[in-house]
This record gives sequence, structure tokens and C-alpha cells, in this order.
Amino acid sequence: MTPEPPIAMLAELTHRCPLACPYCSNPLELAMIESELDTKTWARGFDEAARLGVLQLHLSGGEPASRRDLVALVASARDAGLYTNLITSGIGLNEAKLAQLDEAGLDHVQLSLQGTTPELADDIGGYRGGFTRKMQVARWISEIGFPLTLNVVLHRRNLHQLPRAFEIAQELGARRIEVATVQFHGWALKNRDALMPTKEQAKEAIRLVNKARKELKGTLVIDFVPADYHDQLPKRCMGGWGTTGLNIAPDGQVLPCHAAQTIPHLTFDRVQEKPLSEIWYSGAAFNAYRGDAWMPDTCKTCDRKEIDFGGCRCQAMALTGDPNATDPVCAKSPFHLEVKEQAQQHAAHGNDVPLTYRVPPRKSAPQQQTPGTARRANA
Amino acid sequence: MITTSDIPCLPRGVRLHFDQVRDRWVLLAPERAIPLDQVGHAILQEVDGARSFGEITTALAEKYDAPVSQIQEDSAGFLNALKNRRFVDLVS
Repeated sequence: MTPEPPIAMLAELTHRCPLACPYCSNPLELAMIESELDTKTWARGFDEAARLGVLQLHLSGGEPASRRDLVALVASARDAGLYTNLITSGIGLNEAKLAQLDEAGLDHVQLSLQGTTPELADDIGGYRGGFTRKMQVARWISEIGFPLTLNVVLHRRNLHQLPRAFEIAQELGARRIEVATVQFHGWALKNRDALMPTKEQAKEAIRLVNKARKELKGTLVIDFVPADYHDQLPKRCMGGWGTTGLNIAPDGQVLPCHAAQTIPHLTFDRVQEKPLSEIWYSGAAFNAYRGDAWMPDTCKTCDRKEIDFGGCRCQAMALTGDPNATDPVCAKSPFHLEVKEQAQQHAAHGNDVPLTYRVPPRKSAPQQQTPGTARRANA
Repeated sequence: MITTSDIPCLPRGVRLHFDQVRDRWVLLAPERAIPLDQVGHAILQEVDGARSFGEITTALAEKYDAPVSQIQEDSAGFLNALKNRRFVDLVS
């Protein structure tokens, strides 16, 4: 069966970021600055993506504003016919840069919120003054008139601030807010004791979201990702592996999802080496979990297999050591009870557990670095 | 509900786009792409931020030789759903 073309593409322009969030979705092994794709290669990737059927382009990172060629990248994506969405912390943007992005045709901005007070937000982001700066950037975004979505990652330490996050979204004139309970991949796996919400908090988040959805209907659209560790049914990860979206990592590796590199048996093609359509339709990593041939019998015979596709492959890998296993969030998984118990233990810690912050990408060793490559990477 | 004097418009960041790969019209909005059928496309093509819902539906009724009441019912449901998702704004 031929897969449908993808609708959305996440371009992780860089792994550089001024923030150091302890739940960063970037891999533990961050791409080095020197390995980042240049402007031309990104532009070619955008063009190939549009011809493949991608409509929505998410420009992300790391912090995409860390790329000096961000404006040129937005312009080339618009030239390719893509809808351009900038996913940013706001740090690294100023009035002049935003005006240039406006001129380049940027369609939409998604601004991350680490908390609703400077104290908590700066502590989570690991960046002093970040919250105040972000609010300034948010006002510039509103002044220009970019459509704005706020995005909040919820966890045990900031979940109580959710009602205030809805207020801030309205004050900034955001049309949308994405509320996602922290997903435990990458750096977040190191911080489960610090961030795991309690079962009660997970329930409270659902209540608050439902209440706000009713009260703010037609004003603020709320997209919500509930906590899954305390659940019985796994999430419909990525809308199905290799069915709707793809990611390009800073070094050009094309991934079925942002955590796919945690699955050791997968190999990834690079956008600079093969056409994107060939990678999407024939790439080994994309075909690895399409259809149901790979599924364990528990999933293959389950009437929900077309709904959740056995859950998240990277979560199965992280929690059971087997990427082909049923996602252990599912009540049918033999690991389910163990994972539930673990979740409760993680959540039972106090809020004084130190955060393990993300560290910046390595620079290549000096003896390997020639002045030419350094200049190119920073151009 | 939308009334005949309301003026619907597509807010900034929402636009019609012809999807050449899938050979159909879509409405592109923040982080969404909504496939449009012929009726949906016909309605949104008339939305220009200047004419009222009444004027738009009268024009559509003439163009497709259909009763205005039927066109209004179909269009109101469609536009209200888009309004609730912030893909359409109403100016009265």
C-alpha cells in the first residue's frame, strides 16, 4: 500500500538555544553547529517538501532565531508555497527582526511559555530574565499582527499556573493555546522525578481545559495533550508513523518523529543525499512502523490498532527496551502496571528535586575545525 | 450564530490555497490545513471582508440557482464552525 503524502514538516533548523529546558525534545546527542545545513540546502528541502505534498512548515530548533539566516529561510519557504510557522521562545528576536520576518511572509508565530511568573519561568528555562524579555517580544508580535499561538509544557511544577496561562493568552490576543503535558523523551527522561505530574494534577488539567474550552469558545482555541503515564490508552503518536508528518534534523537527517533517533536499529537518510520523496516513500526508517506487520499480536488483534497504532514507538523503546512492543501506557501491555507504579513514584517526589538542564551542543574538537567550516556554519 | 448583516472575513494567517499534489482546495490556518469540498470553497471564495453574509448568500443563490434559505443554512453552519476555530472573524 502506498502511503499518503505528508501534510506537515518540522524543520529543526538548529539545536542551539539560549534556554536549557529540562524537558527539551531535542536528542541527548545534539547536532554540532558545524553540521547544520546551509541556507541553500534548507531551501531545496522546502521546495522538495512542497512538491511532495507538505502544506505546513514548522520552523523550530533549538531556537530558530539562533540561525542568522532565519529571514532568508522563511522567504524561501514562502516561495516554495508553504505555510510558515515559527516555533520560538522569543529569545533572540527583536523588533527589527520581526519586521523583516513579516516582510518575508511569515504566516504564524508559536511562542513557548515556560511558566506564568518570571520566577518559575526563568527557573524552568534556565535563563535569567527570559520571561520578561519573552513578554516584550510577545507585545511586538501582537503589534505587527502576526497570528499567535502560545504553547505551554505542563508538568508537576507549573500545572497550577494553567488558569493564568489562559489569561495571558487572551491578554496577548492569541487565537490559540497548545497545552501539552510533558512527554518523557530525550532530556525529560532524566527529569521524571522532578517533572512527573501526580495523577490528581493530570485530572485537574483535564478539568481546567474543559472548563476553559467552554468559557472561551470562539475566542481562544485550546489544543490539549493529556498526561499519558497515568492513562490506560496510549496516544495516537504522530497521527501514525510515517502517515502525516516528517522532521528534518539540523544536520539533514530525515526523521519520522523528533525522538526517532532513540530507536537504535533505525537508519536515517539525509536530505542532502537523497530526494525527500524517495526518503518518504522508500526510506527504511519511514517504512519500519507503517502498517501492522511489525506489531506484536497484542496490537495486531486489537480493535484500536487503527486508532492508536500501538502507541508511541519511542516510548516503547524507552520504557521496555523494545521499540516493537505495545506502548506500556496501554493496559494490555505486560509492562503497564510496572510503568504506572513508576509514574506514581516519580510523582511522589517533592518540588525540590534539582532539574537536569539541557546542555548546549558541542563544538567540534579544535584540531578538526578549519576556519572555513566555522565561517560557513555561522553564515 | 451568524446573521445576514455580519461581514465575515478571513483573519491574517488564514488563506485559501490550491493543493496541487492532492488536486483540491484547502484552507490554510495556523498549524491546520482544512480540505474544502466544492461548497466550502464556493462560500469562502465569496468572503472578501467587505460584503455581508446576506449579500454573499444572495449572490451564491443566484450563481447556483438554489433557494437563498438553503444556501444560508448551509453557509451559516460552515462559517460558524470556522468562527469557533478562529479561522473566520465576523464584523457587524
